[in-house]
Amino acid sequence: MNIVIIGNGIAGITAARYIRKHSDHSITVVSPETEYFYSRPALMYVYMGHLKFEHTKPYEDWFWKKNRIDVVHDYALTVNHKEKKVLLQSGNILGYDKLIMATGSQMNKFGWKGQDLAGVQGLYSKQDLDLMERNTRNISRGIVVGGGLIGIEVAEMLHSRNIPVTMLVRESSYWNSILPAEESAMITRHIRHQGIELRLETELKEILSDSNGRVRGVRTSKGDEITTEFVALTAGVRPNIDLAQKSSIPTNRGILVNSYFETQIDDIYAVGDCAEIVVTGEGRNQIEQLWYTGEMHGETVASSICKERTEYNRGILFNSAKFFDIEYHTYGSVNQNTVGEKSIYWEHPDRRRSIRIVYNNNQVIGFNNLGVRYRHKICEQWIAEKRSIEYVLEHLSEANFDPEFFMKFEPEVIALYNKKNGKSLTLTKTRGLFGYKKFLSTLPASI
Amino acid sequence: MNLIQIDIPQESHAVNDSPLKKGGLALFAIGLLIFLIGAFGSFENYSLFYSIGSLGLATFGALLFIFPSRNEGLPGIKNNGVFFRAASNRGAIAWITAVFLTAFYVVLYWFPEYFVHLIKSTDPISYAMTGKAANQWFLYGTLYTLSVLVMGVKMLFKYRHIRYQIIRTLSVMFFQLVFSFLIPHFLEALNQPEYYFSYFWPLKTSVLFPNDINWLLSKPGALPQFMVFWGVTMSLIGVPIFTYFFGKRWYCSFVCGCGGLAETMGDPYRQNSDKSLQAWKIERWMVHSVLLFITVTTGLLWANSYYQGALLGSLSQGFSKTYGFLIGAAFSGVIGVGFYPIMGSRVWCRFGCPQAAILGIFQKYFSRFRITTNGSQCISCGNCSTYCEMGIDVRSYAQRGENIVRASCVGCGVCSSVCPRGVLNLENGPVKGRVMK
Repeated sequence: MNIVIIGNGIAGITAARYIRKHSDHSITVVSPETEYFYSRPALMYVYMGHLKFEHTKPYEDWFWKKNRIDVVHDYALTVNHKEKKVLLQSGNILGYDKLIMATGSQMNKFGWKGQDLAGVQGLYSKQDLDLMERNTRNISRGIVVGGGLIGIEVAEMLHSRNIPVTMLVRESSYWNSILPAEESAMITRHIRHQGIELRLETELKEILSDSNGRVRGVRTSKGDEITTEFVALTAGVRPNIDLAQKSSIPTNRGILVNSYFETQIDDIYAVGDCAEIVVTGEGRNQIEQLWYTGEMHGETVASSICKERTEYNRGILFNSAKFFDIEYHTYGSVNQNTVGEKSIYWEHPDRRRSIRIVYNNNQVIGFNNLGVRYRHKICEQWIAEKRSIEYVLEHLSEANFDPEFFMKFEPEVIALYNKKNGKSLTLTKTRGLFGYKKFLSTLPASI
Repeated sequence: MNLIQIDIPQESHAVNDSPLKKGGLALFAIGLLIFLIGAFGSFENYSLFYSIGSLGLATFGALLFIFPSRNEGLPGIKNNGVFFRAASNRGAIAWITAVFLTAFYVVLYWFPEYFVHLIKSTDPISYAMTGKAANQWFLYGTLYTLSVLVMGVKMLFKYRHIRYQIIRTLSVMFFQLVFSFLIPHFLEALNQPEYYFSYFWPLKTSVLFPNDINWLLSKPGALPQFMVFWGVTMSLIGVPIFTYFFGKRWYCSFVCGCGGLAETMGDPYRQNSDKSLQAWKIERWMVHSVLLFITVTTGLLWANSYYQGALLGSLSQGFSKTYGFLIGAAFSGVIGVGFYPIMGSRVWCRFGCPQAAILGIFQKYFSRFRITTNGSQCISCGNCSTYCEMGIDVRSYAQRGENIVRASCVGCGVCSSVCPRGVLNLENGPVKGRVMK
């Protein structure tokens, strides 16, 4: 069978790798972005000088040939799904038996005046990175529009080169649509502590042009004018559906797929950021734009193609990020403001570390940690097993994943809970030999 | 919301070049200059001035350069610009440094007569410790220890938010200063054999070589006998037991002097180790060949000793010299340290050290140590692999959610420190289920 994958991001490449793992099918991956797969979240480290671009490639270049994955550095113009062919910009035509669209995302632009000026850009692709390198040479200030994950990354990138940064954030506190109030406040403080000028409840009104069509400043919703030579538009991403639209594959916000990643056209699948999973019954359609979900989509579709039709099961939600120097891990459901949602929140006096356990009806439903590492598998298992808050607190030491010699804060968390609730719970397990054995027994035999 | 009211300036851009830093750099340069001028005999009769003016000033300057860095931004991983700087990215400065260090070792080992005057800079220290004038090895030991201590302080600041790194760095600083510098020289002062309690067979072959053991046993007093006992017991029993419980890191990253230099002075170069599969293949062949060579030789020497010299004759005498030169000098010094800026800080440990090889075999097959990965959170960014000084492609395991159990891992913990998603953790645990497939 001939399988063509459009897009060499995490979703497309994971699909390719698993298809090779399961089968001997011919695999072709098409991407105009880079010849070989690289880690998109690592782009920031290239700009910061932590890594060279080659370090962001998870596999050495010989890997693809050895695994018989054909890598085509080309742009797919259209898909002819009647004849099952993909037309490439080079004029070449690829025939397929199964086609996987993994075309990723593109940056949101909200029709701001001046959004297409020179010196104004988003950060998503390798090309964006190269452009940012050119756009930020010898600038006196950079402006970041948007208070999400890419926004704080761009701020950190500029900051690493000692370029003063102003962040314009619509909300009253950083990322408070996702983070609970205390955590949002902590990151807000941390951003300012770094020396970033963070303007809250401030939106971009327009981007001002100089006589050469380059950005010279911005005007905010509060009427202030800020001089700058560089504006990063980082107000989120949306599915990249250009190819699907040109090829009459049904789309909405993303390429419409069912829970098997099948589009409405036979033998065409869509995975990763570009897919919009139609939810039958209640709830909104899902667009998942995380690294981890891209990986899961790719693995699922490979299984469907090579083994048996496999329904996507996202499992318990998790995500992680790093806000400057503060690591963030979240498992399960946090800050959903559902009825009866409670949480125990502990914060270190240095105000850079926190642990939050969310529960509802006494059942633990989520974890949200800043600066303290917890074991993914253990937290996930507790949520899946619907463990009670008291059980989780008593066993909390098993979850700690901080390096050796680190201070352990679980006694403080449990003391806090006891004080608030008049209980006298104690930690039953410490992270020693026996706790560890238990942890190992929870690991699957194969991954 | 009063949660976000804070009393820090809205903008406080890190100043990289404080006057203190510049002054420190200037003092370091002046110290170095005085040191080099002394090489031509200018301070022949002023060894105290020479000592303070060169080593003292350079150390003080270096510390002045390091201390203000504490105020440059908040604690965190700040590898900013590592791949932009010529010094850390195999640029011209790196090559100059490499040539300089290599030349230093070549002169030290083969042409020590050129160091006659430089040695004077350590005379006052040597007199204070042993009552004797310094020789080239005393000079080397002093410079080595100073490098570990000064760059150790830099390491402590760099990783001040990571207790594992702090404790590990303090440990190598302590072992270098006390076990590899003070104790051997005090033993000398007490007319005892110069002995390094922190080195074992097969790195220090003499611990198990019959001639050396006989020589120690022929000395009067209980101390030489203890030295034989210590060396043999640690090499054959202590090392495997410690490695079983903690992995090879207990030695390579906490005790060893070579490791100490690699983890302190070598730290700025750790990213230059080759991560390719090809390099791994070469490494395995080389390092195990060295171990095999030493093991066979040790066996032959004992057989020879048993047959009272009938087996090897005068050859056995020549061996320790050959080994000392080929492995001890040429490899561990010239390539091992000289090539830091080009091939990374652990080039000797990785390709040549027999101790690392045997510890690696224990670690791979008989140890509770492993690096675990936290679920499926790896984003394949490559920071772990890039900053692995042993050239392990850590990411290739982490992105599959597998434990990392590799013979060469010295357990420095930097992969865990630089991981932006907190995926990696060094742990000891039951051997069963340690290697996941």
